[in-house]
Formats: sequence, C-alpha cells, structure tokens
Amino acid sequence: MSLDTVKHAAETPETDQPWAELGLKQDEYARIREILGRRPTGAELAMYSVMWSEHCSYKSSKVHLKQFGEKAPENDALLVGIGENAGVVDVGQGYAVTFKVESHNHPSYIEPYQGAATGVGGIVRDILAMGARPVAVMDPLRFGAADHPDTKRVLPGVVAGIGGYGNCLGLPNIGGEVVFDPCYQGNPLVNALCVGVMKHEDIHLAKASGAGNKVILYGARTGGDGIGGVSVLASETFDDAKPTKRPAVQVGDPFQEKLLIECTLEIFREKLVAGIQDLGGAGLSCATSELASAGSGGMRVELDTVPLRDSSLSPEEILMSESQERMCAIVEPDKVDRFLEICEKWDVIATVIGEVTDGSRLEIFWHGEQIVDVPPRSVAHEGPTYHRPYARPEWQDALQADDAAALPRPADAAELRAQVLQLVGSPNQASKAWITDQYDRFVQGNTVLAQPEDSGMIRIDEETNLGVAVATDGNGRYAKLDPYAGAQLALAEAYRNVAASGARPLAISDCLNFGSPEDPAVMWQFAEATRGLADGCQVLGTPVTGGNVSLYNQTGDVAIHPTPVVAVLGVIDDVTRRTPVGFAEEGQLLYLLGDTREELGGSAWSQVVHEHLGGLPPKVDLERERLLAEILISASRDGMIDAAHDLSDGGLVQALVESCLRGGKGARVVVPDAVDPFVFLFSESAGRAIVSVPRSEELRFTDMCGARGLPATRIGVVDGDELALQEQFSIPLAELRAAHEATVPGLIA
Amino acid sequence: MTARVGVITFPGTLDDRDTQRAVRAAGVEAVPLWHRDKDLHQVDAVVLPGGFSYGDYLRAGAISRFSPVMGTVIEQARAGMPVLGICNGFQVLTETHLLPGAMLRNNHLHFICRDQKLRVENATTAWTSDYAQGQEISIPLKNIDGRYVADERTLDMLEAEGRVAFRYLTDGPTADGYGNPNGSLRDIAGITNEAGNVVGLMPHPEHAVEPLIGTGRTDGLGFFTSILKKLVNA
Repeated sequence: MSLDTVKHAAETPETDQPWAELGLKQDEYARIREILGRRPTGAELAMYSVMWSEHCSYKSSKVHLKQFGEKAPENDALLVGIGENAGVVDVGQGYAVTFKVESHNHPSYIEPYQGAATGVGGIVRDILAMGARPVAVMDPLRFGAADHPDTKRVLPGVVAGIGGYGNCLGLPNIGGEVVFDPCYQGNPLVNALCVGVMKHEDIHLAKASGAGNKVILYGARTGGDGIGGVSVLASETFDDAKPTKRPAVQVGDPFQEKLLIECTLEIFREKLVAGIQDLGGAGLSCATSELASAGSGGMRVELDTVPLRDSSLSPEEILMSESQERMCAIVEPDKVDRFLEICEKWDVIATVIGEVTDGSRLEIFWHGEQIVDVPPRSVAHEGPTYHRPYARPEWQDALQADDAAALPRPADAAELRAQVLQLVGSPNQASKAWITDQYDRFVQGNTVLAQPEDSGMIRIDEETNLGVAVATDGNGRYAKLDPYAGAQLALAEAYRNVAASGARPLAISDCLNFGSPEDPAVMWQFAEATRGLADGCQVLGTPVTGGNVSLYNQTGDVAIHPTPVVAVLGVIDDVTRRTPVGFAEEGQLLYLLGDTREELGGSAWSQVVHEHLGGLPPKVDLERERLLAEILISASRDGMIDAAHDLSDGGLVQALVESCLRGGKGARVVVPDAVDPFVFLFSESAGRAIVSVPRSEELRFTDMCGARGLPATRIGVVDGDELALQEQFSIPLAELRAAHEATVPGLIA
Repeated sequence: MTARVGVITFPGTLDDRDTQRAVRAAGVEAVPLWHRDKDLHQVDAVVLPGGFSYGDYLRAGAISRFSPVMGTVIEQARAGMPVLGICNGFQVLTETHLLPGAMLRNNHLHFICRDQKLRVENATTAWTSDYAQGQEISIPLKNIDGRYVADERTLDMLEAEGRVAFRYLTDGPTADGYGNPNGSLRDIAGITNEAGNVVGLMPHPEHAVEPLIGTGRTDGLGFFTSILKKLVNA
C-alpha cells in the first residue's frame, strides 16, 4: 500500500476510511474532516481515533468531572491541579508531593500479568514526568467471587504482575485493597497508585515551547505491542462473540523502566528539559499532540527516526503503539549533547525525532513526505464532549427498600461468636498477607507504615522526619445502594484512615470505575458519584488533584457496582509520632470514638452471613469526619494514643480483631449500657475509630474529646491473649488468627 | 582515619541508596561506585547491594559479574578486601565464584517479603564480628530467587569449615506455609569464604538499621559496625 500523505488525502476525498473499525462515530469522523478541511490521512485518522477514545478524551465524563474544579475548596497546598500528568501538593519544608491513581482494568482481565505490570509502569511514568522521584506504589484491586475458577486465573496473575514489575523497579508497595464480589467477575478492577516527591523548583510540566527546541524520544524501542490498546480495549465492552484481543495488551520491561527513572532524575538534576511527557495510552500520538497543544508553538516530527523493535511497522502503527518505558522530552539545542550523554550512561536509547516550530500545527513526516498536518489542540484537548442521558434506574427504589435491618440476627451468644469468626475469615475481611507479602515494602528504606496498617506512610526527609501518608478506599456495595453517599463514604474512609495514622489529609486523587456510559442508569450512577465526591471534597477541604475514569466495565448488560476509589494524601510533620493499628501494651484503655447507629445496609455482615445487598448505606456526616480527624491527629501529635484503627466494613469487631492480631495482644470489651451487642459489633456507622489510650493520658484525652464534642466511649482494655466480649463470648487469638489468615492462601493455592 | 566503604550500583540495583544510608548509620563513609568504573576510589571494603541487576533476565547476577568494577573487586577480594553481597549482590558473588553454590527460584515460586529470623553461625567474619556466636536476629527477606543450593560435597565442606554464616530459623510461625522461606539447602541464608573477608546472604541487613523504619528492628546494624571495627583496628 502506498503512503497516505497529506497531499494524497487532499486529492482523494472519496476514499473509504475505516473510522468505524477504529471506534469513531460517524459524526466524529465528519468533525475531523471539518477541522482539516479534507479527509484525514491514515496516520491522522489513527491519531484522532485514539485521542478521541473514551479513555483519552473523557468525552462522556468530562461534563461531570468539571465539578471537581468548580467546587474545589480553597487550598493553598495545591501547586498543580487537574489536567497535568498528576496533581502536585505542597507538603512543607520546600517539598512537593505528586500522586495519582489510575486504572488498568481491561488489559488485566485479558492478560492479568502484563496488564497489571504495565499498569504500575504507566502510573510511575506519570509521576516521574512531573519531575518527582517515585517513592511508593499502592494497588486497589477488585476481583470476581473468591471461589470462582476464573478468579484463580486472574488474581495470581495480577499479583505476580504487580510484584514482578514493582519489585524490580525498587518501589515499596505500601497499601491498597483487595475486594471480591461476583459483580467484578468479567471485569476485575486493577487500579494503581504512585506517589512521588520533589522540591518545589523541580516541578516539570508537559508542554513544548521555544521554537527550535528539540523533541527527544528516549527509553525503549517502539514495537507492535499495544497497538489500538486504548481505543479497542479501554473503550469497548467485552463480548464473548468477538475474537480475542490479546495482542493489544502491552508488554512491560521493568528493568528498562528502572533505568528510565534514574536517567530521567539525573536529567532533571541538571535542568536539561523544558517540557516532558511520558508515553502511555495512545503512545506517540498522545505525547506529541499533548506537548504541542499545551505549548505555544507547533511541532515537527520525523517519524522515520523513531527506533523500532520491528522494522515492518507502518507509520500509523508507530503513532498508535503503546510500547512501554518511553518518554518524550523537549530540550534546548545547547543541552541536547549533555542529555544524550546521560542517556548513554544509563544505557537508554535516545533519539532527536523533531523540533518545536513557531507555527501552530503538528506536522509529522515519513521519509520526507508529510503524513500529518493537524492543529494539536483539536487532537489533544478539543475532542468530542457528550452530554449522555442519565436516569435513576427503576430498580433503585426496590433495592433501597430491601432493608438489611430485617435480616435474621444471631439468636444467642454462641451464634454471635460463630458469626464473628465467619466474618473475619470471609474473603473480603480476611488477611491479605499472602498477596501483600509478594510485594517489596522495605526498599528505599523510608517505609514507616505499610499494609495492613490504616495508611501507607513514607518518610520524605531523614533530618526533619517529615512524611506523607496515603490511603485508598472504595465500597462498591455502598455506592450501588446510593452512589452519591457511596462516593462520599469512600472519601470519608480514606480520609479517616490517613488521620488515624496521625497524618493531616491534604488532597485526593480518584479512580472512577463504572459500567457503560451508554446506559442511562450507569450514567446516573456516575453523575451522582461525581457530585457526591465534589461536594464531599468541598466540606473536607481536600481538592481533587487528578485521577482517572474507567468506563465500560460491564459484560453484556450487566455493569459492575459503581466503584469510585478514592486516594487521600496526608502530611505528617514528624513520622515518629505515627499511630499504628496494633494494640501494643497491656492495660491500655480502649475508646470507641463516634456514634454507633443501627446501620447494616451494604454491610460486610449482610454479605457474609446472608449474601444480601439492600437498604441504605451508612449515613454520611462529613463535619463529624473532620472533627474525628482533628482529634486523631492531635492525640497522635501529643502522644495521647498508642494505637488507632478506623472503623469501616466489618464494623467494630473487624477493627478489634485486626488491632489484636497486629499487636499480638488480646482485649476485654464491654458492651455499653442499652446497646445491642450485635449492633455494637457489626454496624458500619461511619465517622468512627477505636483508640488505645495509656492510663496516664486518659483524662487528657477524654477532656479533649469532651471539649470538642466528640463522643468517646470507654469500651474495654487491652489484655490477655483472647478477644473477650463480656457476658457474650471469648475467642483465643490463635483461633482468630487461624480464621483470619488461612482463607486467602486456601482460595488461591 | 575514617573507614570508607564502597557501594556498587549496577543497572537495576535497587538498594544502593539504602545501603549507603546503613553504612553511614554505623559511622562509616559511604562511597558510591559505578559498574562501568574499574577504579574503587580507595575504599577499604565493598558492598554489593540488592536489586535486579540487568533485570535478572539471563540469570540473577550473571551479567553484572562481567562488569568492569567486578574485575577489580574480584582481584581485591582475593587479596583480602572485605566484600559483602546482599541478595542480588550475593548472587553476583556466587557467579564470580568468590563464594560457592548458586541461588534458584524459591521452592514456592513466589516473591516473598517478610521479617525473617536468622541465627548467626559464624561471628568471626569481617562482617559479623559485632554479633555473638549463635545470636538470633530478625531482618527483612525479600526475593524470588533465594533458594541456596550446592552439591553435597560443597555443603559438607562449608559446614566443616564453619563457613555457613547464617541459617534461617524455621521454628517461628509457619502459618504462611513456607517453613524454611524458600527451600534453601540446610537452611543456609548466607555463607563466607575461607578467609572470612567475603560474605554473602539473601536477607537484607541494610533494611534493619533504624527503629522507625521497616520492621522497626535494628538487628542489621551489626554488619556495618562490624566492618567499622575491623577497618579502624586494621
């Protein structure tokens, strides 16, 4: 086939083009022709098709995402907001932290190992591109039913992929989640988060400015992997009838990425780049158009200079390839030599592929002939916008009316005891150590807290002990019952987790996992969840710094539970003041903070004991969450508590069991007067935590709670080697440990 | 005179900066060394840190062993310079034959990261003299290719000559089902050469030097205080 040049395209307007196969709609194709004033070339069509895909353009979601900016709370800490590779937050002492959570759901279902591995690689390059040294990763994961045969295929592959890539990169994996639910059976959610640290002056942005500056592509050679990955994989619902899409998943090389990180950091140290962008989804199409679109001029690229792994690749394929471990930098001409020298030192291939021009077009050439001539903004930032119809689904009322309060409860103390063991041994509530022990949490030597703690905590300054904490949370069951409240509960839980560790929450990133936006019911869930999250962030004072939307997580007509996953970043001035979850010292007093109401809708108990999902999720009170967080942070800073654990799914009993097992200490617990023991143990009321208070601090602590109006109820004492609930039951720690720790290895092995 | 300990960075080395921090924590000057540079910059001892040098793509440690810096390290080690290989560094040392045996994939085939109990079996080497003979320590273990193997004759020789430096303790909790964490023959976690100047082990002492970080133990610091004493008294 002859080369489809710009000139040729202008001369052959009638040529049939495969726009539908590339995922474009008829009106989108017509708009491209209108923008260009002619039909697009094959290469241009490839670029528009990937950049206008749902995954890259956010065309269905952006009308809702706008609220994150419009409702953003006043926050001096935000240095770089939504729209860049990742947001950047000021954490004091001249340090800035960048973090983001992203999805790699569809590739991970098709090819669990490579899908999950390249998910880690992609988010790490996003963080690196901001100018930061990546310092930690976390992985919120959701799989189908724990006992489903396909979960045995997907889960070990995903875990091995995350470990195989992240461990080889030298990034500690400090937290995340593992959730099982049949709704994720054909659509596992593999989200990945990375945190990076830099000094304020090191912040880099993705823009190409300064005519004459060189465009340098560096890192791995470009191959045929991942071609069409963005448009084909991330933007289409799985359907058993279609042929396999395996070749569209990218293949990762963590060793190359490690070299890329060290090489790039050295380049940053010498201040050699004027702009930088990583290559992820949509590859060179994305990097060149975004860099040019964000800059002031145009860009000219000689595509035939791109180093290839497969010399038979066509220019369209090179533009669409999602080969991993590549970056694109804009470098002033007199710094190019030094740039290339550093790449050589790290054995990283680097090639000048073009330059910034004083024009306004992105122009791409193939052996001297022009194959792309487009306004870059039309590709990168002015894609289609959809106002998709949305409507509250008819079944929502019936679902909310099916109240979990009506479910049969344990008849006596023996049954209560049995249900405690059943709960803490259920796949969702059981220990995930079998999984997290496959990740390196020690590398870099700055890990203060890691899973199963409430948040992951990293020291960022060895002299001052400044640190950051991150927690990710999401509860699809709550969000299914009420997407607005569900999103706020995810936010509240992550916020509470960060505070429980002693850190002050600053900002959030989110990964919004939903079904097909073409279904009005799903679109309603999305609209409600984004509205809930934006409103919630306003109250808590934590701006959304960026994130990712993953749609089309559904098989046939069946969508996943709406699953907004929220990551909260917090700062702690002195990591020696951190609060772990484990009970450390016998004799310390246990206090339950917050109010316990009878709230069982969407609870772990209703799922584990009755396989039930119905009613309303716990009530959200964000002012209460703020107050609770302030108390937890003050108590940590002033040394009033030695352990703290947030209460969420599984309620009080889950938290007690985890804190007992983590610290290797038992507890004697008393049910407060006029409280039903079952509700006391299993209710999932939000805005609560348990703390372990040294006797010498009790008065000071209760005075503080009283003065600020936070209910604090003394519920027991750290003691012995069993969990005892007075007048009800006692369970030896060994029995709890066996129930809690044997489940996950038993499911997978 | 201050002691100077070099820490080598190969492409894919991960724990180099951590090891430098651990060396400094013991009051020793840490000198970064680069794999392409034959010159050891007058260091008194060398640490080969952990990681995945060259991605472990051919075989763990197999390519690094041929780097320019290793030529000098091998020469100096034979002349008595103290050398410590941690994890991937231990794998490099076996590839160079400064230490016998080899590391295979863990018997359970998974990467494993945990706090690991060890017994110090030889407290007379350059890197272990600050421990007591038979002392039990806990330091992080994290690898996928950690199963130490050698032929029976070699194993018998190591035992007879007291060259098993560390053994995994398997009497701890075995709820994870692993027991000996990776299937290493005779529970060997680390060994020394005949002269006691070259030591290699799979677990990570450099990740256990600060009470605040990681497992919260400082059991690994003894490696670096041992070498300080050795060098200052030399």
